[in-house]
Amino acid sequence: MNEVTKIDGIGSSVRRTEDKKFLTGKGKYTDDINRPGQVQAYFLRSDVAHAKIKKIDIKNAQSAPGVIGVFTGDDIAADKVGGPICGWVVPCRDGSATKEPPHPLLAQGKVRFVGDAIAVVLAETAEQAKSGAELIDVDYEELSPVVDFENAGDGAQIHDEVPNNCYFDWELGDEKATADALSGAKKIVKLRVRNNRLVPNAMEPRCALAEFDNLDDSYTLHTTSQNPHLTRLVLAAFMFAIPESKLRVIAPDVGGGFGSKIYVYIEEAVCVWASKKVGRPVKWTADRTQAFLTDCHGRDHVNDVQLGLDENNKIVGLRVDTVCNLGAYLSAFSVVVPTYLHGTLLSGQYDIPAIYTNVKGMATNTVNVDAYRGAGRPEATYLLERTMETAAREVGMDPAEFRRINFIPKDAFPYQTQVALQYDIGDYEPHLDKAMEMIDYSNFEKRRAEAAKRGMYRGIGISSYIEACGLAPSAVVGALGGRVGLWESASVRVNPTGTISVFTGSHSHGQGHATTFAQIVADKLGIPMENVEVVHGDTDKTPFGMGSYGSRSLASGGSAISKAVDKIINKSKKIAAHLLEASEDDIDFKDGKFVVGGTDKEKAFGEIALAAYVPHNYPLETLEPGLEENAFYDPTNFVYPSGTHIAEVEVDPATGVVQVVDWAACDDFGNLVNPMIVEGQVHGGIAQGIGQALLEDAHYDENGQLLTASYMDYCMPRADDLPSFKVGYTTTPSTVNDLGVKGCGEAGAIASPPALINAVIDALSPLGVTDMSMPATPQKVWKAIQDSQSVAAE
Amino acid sequence: MYSTKYVKPNSTTEALEAIKSLGEGKFLAGGMTLIPTLKQRLASPDGLVDISGCKLDSIADEGETLKIGAMARHVSVAESAVVKKAIPALAKLADGIGDRQVRNRGTIGGSVANNDPSACYPSAVLALKATIHTNIRSIAADDFFTGMFETALEDDEIIEFISFSKPTKANYVKFPNPASRYAMVGVFVAQFGDEVRVAVTGAGEGGVFRHQEMESVLSSNFSADSLSSVKIDSDGLISDLHASAEYRANLIKEMTKRAVV
Repeated sequence: MNEVTKIDGIGSSVRRTEDKKFLTGKGKYTDDINRPGQVQAYFLRSDVAHAKIKKIDIKNAQSAPGVIGVFTGDDIAADKVGGPICGWVVPCRDGSATKEPPHPLLAQGKVRFVGDAIAVVLAETAEQAKSGAELIDVDYEELSPVVDFENAGDGAQIHDEVPNNCYFDWELGDEKATADALSGAKKIVKLRVRNNRLVPNAMEPRCALAEFDNLDDSYTLHTTSQNPHLTRLVLAAFMFAIPESKLRVIAPDVGGGFGSKIYVYIEEAVCVWASKKVGRPVKWTADRTQAFLTDCHGRDHVNDVQLGLDENNKIVGLRVDTVCNLGAYLSAFSVVVPTYLHGTLLSGQYDIPAIYTNVKGMATNTVNVDAYRGAGRPEATYLLERTMETAAREVGMDPAEFRRINFIPKDAFPYQTQVALQYDIGDYEPHLDKAMEMIDYSNFEKRRAEAAKRGMYRGIGISSYIEACGLAPSAVVGALGGRVGLWESASVRVNPTGTISVFTGSHSHGQGHATTFAQIVADKLGIPMENVEVVHGDTDKTPFGMGSYGSRSLASGGSAISKAVDKIINKSKKIAAHLLEASEDDIDFKDGKFVVGGTDKEKAFGEIALAAYVPHNYPLETLEPGLEENAFYDPTNFVYPSGTHIAEVEVDPATGVVQVVDWAACDDFGNLVNPMIVEGQVHGGIAQGIGQALLEDAHYDENGQLLTASYMDYCMPRADDLPSFKVGYTTTPSTVNDLGVKGCGEAGAIASPPALINAVIDALSPLGVTDMSMPATPQKVWKAIQDSQSVAAE
Repeated sequence: MYSTKYVKPNSTTEALEAIKSLGEGKFLAGGMTLIPTLKQRLASPDGLVDISGCKLDSIADEGETLKIGAMARHVSVAESAVVKKAIPALAKLADGIGDRQVRNRGTIGGSVANNDPSACYPSAVLALKATIHTNIRSIAADDFFTGMFETALEDDEIIEFISFSKPTKANYVKFPNPASRYAMVGVFVAQFGDEVRVAVTGAGEGGVFRHQEMESVLSSNFSADSLSSVKIDSDGLISDLHASAEYRANLIKEMTKRAVV
C-alpha cells in the first residue's frame, strides 16, 4: 500500500500547490505581460452621471506628446462593432420581454453614469495617454440624474428603450394561493429589508492586452476573466462578427473575481478593436479608482416581506416584493441574479406551501450591478433569515426552535419547492444542532449576563441558509431564459510515462483548482498528485468551457474531469486485457494497478500509458493508440449546499462598535475533496459577509457621484475585524454528481450577513431596538441606541 | 503623476536654496500625503525638494523637554527608548498611525506641517505644549495650527525639530474611521501638575483644537467620572458619511474618558 498516494487523494488537506508562486510574488498576471511595440490605452470617462453629449473635441489630444490615436464612439460605430450583450433575460408580468437597451463600447450621444467611457487615447506611455485625455473637450447638456432606484420610475428616462426606467417586472410563484394563505394566516410578520450595495474589490484590478496579427487576421487577448471561452464567444460572435478561431483569449493568473470578472467589459473590447486600428498591441490597466467606478457592483435590493403563520407557528405562505437597482446598462447576468438566482431560493430550508414573489429591475445613473459572491442567493437568505428571526421574536419562540419546526423534514427529499427548484437531498436539523453545540448556544444567557456586568450588550443570531449552485443544468437554464449552456468540459491527457495533463474549462482565480482537481485525478487513478498538472485559462489549450462562478467548478468542472478519467480507465482496461491476455471483464482497477481478478497478474497504470503510445503489443485492430479523453458534463440538477451559521457579538453602547466575538459555521457541502481549501473558502466567504453586514457600503450622492470611491471611505474587512471561526460539517452527498460534491465558494457570504444582523438586533433587544440595516456601522448602532432611549424616556 | 524635478539636498540651507530656485516647489518629507496627491494629478509642483538627507531625524531627551527631529519616522518615535521613557503616550500615538508601511515612511514634521484634520500628531503637539522650531523661529503650539490643513509656516520655512514638554501623565485614545483608520476622533490628554490640556483631532471643522471645558473640569478633578456632566457642543464639528457632528461629539467625550486613567 502506497501511503503517499493515499494522502494525496480525495478528502486530504493537501497544501495548495499553486501557492508557492503567489506567496513569493511570482504569479503572472495580465499586467505582468508586455508585448513589443505595445501602446497604452486610457479611457476618458464621464464625470457627470446623466448628460447628452453635444460635442467632443479631440484635436488637442491628437497632437499631444506620445499620442498615436484618439477614438470616440463614432469610430467604433463606423466599424460596426457591437456592445456587450445580456446573457440571460426574463419575461415580464405583462407578457413583454426584458427591455435590452444598447450598450455602446464608447458613449454615443449620451453618458449614463460617472465613469461611462467617452473616448480612448492611445499613447506610448500610460501617463502620456492620460495627459492626452485631459486635452479632450466634452460639451455636455446635463440631464437630471436618477440615483434613488426605488423611485427611478418617476425619474428622467435613461434609455429610449426602457420606459419608466424599468428593465423588467417579473414574477414567480402562485400569487392567488399565496394571498389566500396569508389571508387565512393567524399571524402575518412584515418586514422591509435592504441589501446594501457593494463594490467587489478583487485584489487585481481589471486589465487587458490585445494584439492583432495581420498575417492571419487573428487577435490574441490577455484579460482578467473568470471565463475566457465565454469572453471569446461574446467578442467574436456578438461584438466583432469574426470566427472564434481568429481570437485567442488567455486569462492567465487572475487575482480574484467574486463575479466581477465574469462579464465582457467595454475596455477589453476597445483594446481588441484598437489593436487592429493602430497595428500595435494595446494594453489597458485599471487603477483602483476606475475599479470602484466601473467594475460591476453587487446587490442593491429592497425587499418587502410578508410571512404568514398558523396557530402552531408553522409557515403557511410567503410573499416578497422586491425592487432592485441594475444600474446604467444591463450587464451580462444582471437580470438573472435578482430573479432566478434569487426568487427560486425563497423557500430556504423551510416547508412553505405557498410562495409568490415579484421583482422589478430598475435602471439608474450608477454603474451596472451584477453578480457578486453569492449572486441573488445572499439576498434571498438575508430577507428570509431576518424574517424568521423577527417572526420567532414576535411569537415568543426560540429562533432555533422556530426554524426547527418549519424545516423540510429529512424524509421529504426530493423536495419540490413552490418556486421552481427541486432539492435532491438535505438534512437540516443536524447542522443546526451541531452549530448550536459548537457555539455553546444553551449557555448563551450566562454570557449575555456576564457581558452586561462589563457594560456590554451581547447578542446571538442564527442563519440557516440554502443555496443552489454548481450552476447548471443547461436545459433548466435555457427554459428560464438563459442564453448559454451551463455544462462543463474536461480533457484528460495521459502522457507516455503515465503523468497526466488535465485541461479544464473551469477557471481558477484563487479557488485552488490546481490542487483540488489534481487530487480527484490522483485519487481515481491511484497515482501521486505530483504527476498531475492542471491547465486552464487559454482558449487555444483547453476545450470550450463555461468558466468559474456560482460555486460550479467542483460540482460541474470536477465532475467533468471525473467522467473523463472514467473514460481513461475504461480504455486502459481494454489495453490491460490485451497485455495480460485476459478478458476485459476480468480486469479490476485498484490503487493504480490493473489486475486480472483472482490472479497476481497485473499491469501498473504507467505501463498501460506507455503501451498506448508505443503500441508494439497493442490491439490496434479494435482500439486507437494514445490515451486522451474528453468529457462534457451537464448535470441533471443544481446542487444544494446548506448549513447553519451562528454569530455572537458584543455591542459597546458608548460608541456603537459591534465586535464579532464568536462564530460557528456548520455546512453541508456533500463530500469534501480538500477540507483545508474548503475551510479557506468558508473563512473568506464569512469575511466578505461580515464586510457587507458591518462595514461595506457603496454610496452615491444625489448627483450620481460615488462618494465611496476609494479605501479612504469604502471600508473593507480586515483581519482584526474578524473572530477566529469555528468551522464544522455535516454530510449528505449530492445525488446529482458522481463525486457527491456540492459547492462551497459562496456559502460563507450567503450565510453570514443575516446571522450577524440578527445577533446585533438580539444584543440591542433589551433596549427596544427591533431593526438594523446593513452595514451596522458604529454611528448607525449608536444612533439606534440613542433613539430607543429617547423613545423609552417619552 | 505629471513628471517633475526631484532634488535631495544634504542640509536645510541647501534645501532652502533649492526651493527658491523652483517656481512652485514643494518640500518632500515622508510623502505619505504628497505622493498620493501627485499620483492622482491633484498637484503639479515644479519640483520636489526631498529633505530626508538634511539630518533632521534625531531624538533626544533634553531634561525639561523631549526633542524630536522633523524627519523622525513614526516607527522611530514608536520604538525609541528615549520617547518611551520620557513621554510613553507619544510613542503609543506614533505606533497607532496608519499601517506599518506608513509608519516606516511618514514623519512627525510632515504630519504637523500638513495639519490634516484627521492626523494624530497635531493633538500631541497641542496637548504637550510643544514648540515648533523652524529654520527661522520658534512657534508655540497654540499659535501654530491655524485651520484645516493650515499652519503658521511661511512658504520658505522648514520645521527642524519639535520640543515637547514632559507631562506628569499623558494618554492618547483614538476612534479610527472604520475605512481609512485615520482618527475620526482622537483625544490627547496631558497633565502637568495642576494643569490639564485636552486636544482633540479628527473632529473639528477647523482642525485640531483644545477643549477648554474638559480641561478645567479635569484640572480640578482628574477622573473620567468628572466628565459625565460635561456637554460637548456639536457646533463646528465635522459631519460626513461616517460620523455626524452629534456622533463625533459623543466620541470626543467617550475617548476623553478612556484617556483619563
